[in-house]
Amino acid sequence: MAADIAGTRRAPWILLSPSLATVGLLLIIPMLFIVVYSFWLRTATGADQVGFYLDNWIEVLGDRFYRDILFQTFAIAFYTTVICALVGYIPAYFVANTPMKSKAFLLLMLMLPFWISYIIRTMSWINILGTSGALNTVMLSLGIINEPIQMLYNQTTVVLGLVHYLLPFMILNVYVSLDGIDKNLTEAAQSLGCTGFQAFREVTLPLSLPGLAAGSLLCFVLAAGTYITPIVLGGPRDAMFANLVFEAIVTQLNWPLGSALSLVLLALLGALVVIYTRYLGIDQIAKSFK
Amino acid sequence: MSGWSMIRIATILVYLFLFAPVAVVILLAFNANQFGGFPIEGFSLRWFEALWNNDAIVRAFKTSLLLGFLTSAVSTTLGTLAALAMVRYDFPGKRTISTLLVAPILIPEVVLAVALLLFLQALSMPKSFGLLLMGHVVFTLPFVVLVVQARLVSIRRDVEEAAMSLGATPIQTFFEITLPLMMPAVMAGMLFSFTISFDDITGTLFWKPGGVETVPTQIFAMLRNSISPEINALGAVMVIFTVALPLVAASIARVMAMRKLRASNRKTQIA
Repeated sequence: MAADIAGTRRAPWILLSPSLATVGLLLIIPMLFIVVYSFWLRTATGADQVGFYLDNWIEVLGDRFYRDILFQTFAIAFYTTVICALVGYIPAYFVANTPMKSKAFLLLMLMLPFWISYIIRTMSWINILGTSGALNTVMLSLGIINEPIQMLYNQTTVVLGLVHYLLPFMILNVYVSLDGIDKNLTEAAQSLGCTGFQAFREVTLPLSLPGLAAGSLLCFVLAAGTYITPIVLGGPRDAMFANLVFEAIVTQLNWPLGSALSLVLLALLGALVVIYTRYLGIDQIAKSFK
Repeated sequence: MSGWSMIRIATILVYLFLFAPVAVVILLAFNANQFGGFPIEGFSLRWFEALWNNDAIVRAFKTSLLLGFLTSAVSTTLGTLAALAMVRYDFPGKRTISTLLVAPILIPEVVLAVALLLFLQALSMPKSFGLLLMGHVVFTLPFVVLVVQARLVSIRRDVEEAAMSLGATPIQTFFEITLPLMMPAVMAGMLFSFTISFDDITGTLFWKPGGVETVPTQIFAMLRNSISPEINALGAVMVIFTVALPLVAASIARVMAMRKLRASNRKTQIA
């Protein structure tokens, strides 16, 4: 019996050890390593000088260039999140309140974008907005314009691409919380004299806020870490923070500087996640996987 | 117009917004126009033929497939074991472990990519296919854990307990009872990790050795020149591939479940 108890006590750790080893070796230790690395110095010869230098951090935190791009990145992520929340709430509400039969179909359709490659969804906008794209072709043939206009490669198209990519995350998260609301509550509110809209505002909306918050967090974090969208749909001035990181690491091969840059991004987004988990818990995000 | 029908119209518009651009990619892939854009000049399979004859693309496809299969095999094995531990046992520090397991989702992919790349370079391991595989495993593991965990919860323990009380050893019980019941969850995890790996681009761009391309990085490289009809065709193939795969898998799973149900009904009737 005693051996049995010891067995069950050890069992979960045996099952967990391969995963924990993987996360530990390939994620936690590398993360700690880049913290240390960010204080080293890349010399002109290309060798790393081991030590404790603040040069990278002074450059990253002091240089206006980095700060501007950081603000731009957060602005783009913010616009994306707000638009996703506004545009995503309505279909989430519809799917949650629609009869069972079409619900399954609509949910399946919401999962589909996750199976379609991000790069393809991003580049698909070139076919819509590009100079030989659908919109220009239609407007030319209707005589609204005389020659194709360039609608691509600016901040708006970057936000558009990100909204297109992240909207399903938002809809699903809001849907999960709307679907969990007891229908009796809104009916009770209405029978007590609320109008349909009042019942929504006083009962449904507050109860759906956890899902809205989880969706917003996901949208913001994913948008702020984007590398591909600004390259494909943005112009030369629309670089985001992840592009700087790539430049530093892969192009300039300044690894200590790249470490410091990526830690800045991690710290800022990590702060958001920590604040969020403090108030709402991580479980809300896990819910949308069910 | 009532509020509900306005909500319905808005929903249709949002769905259109999500799917129209992708539909256009597929439409243009079959377009005979030699510049790859509008107008539509007729149906043609020439761009698919061009893909087939493009060595770089075929190679990228093979790399992506191999990487996806290996990633999903490793990641699903590790993730399923971890999910079992999380669902079946209570132990001290469970919440911390749970956060640790989903941590790779919460860390921006760029940061994750940089950390792993620089760490392995510091150990003087050059960029390689192995690095790509390791990266994809870390990156897909939390998704597998979450997906498998969500489905495992619904498996009742009674059957296992019955098997044990009838004299099966824990190992026998696992292979005869638990594993077959878990199969749908495991399949879901495999599919999930395969598609995530197959579609991944950000991490892959950091980790891939020079000269090695996966399908997404190949598309990305081709986009730098200009959008060509070949890209649309490749996009169409990707969409058909990643969308058809889960749908086919889901229907196979359904057919198998139906058969099993029928078989067990027959057994009960005989009994």
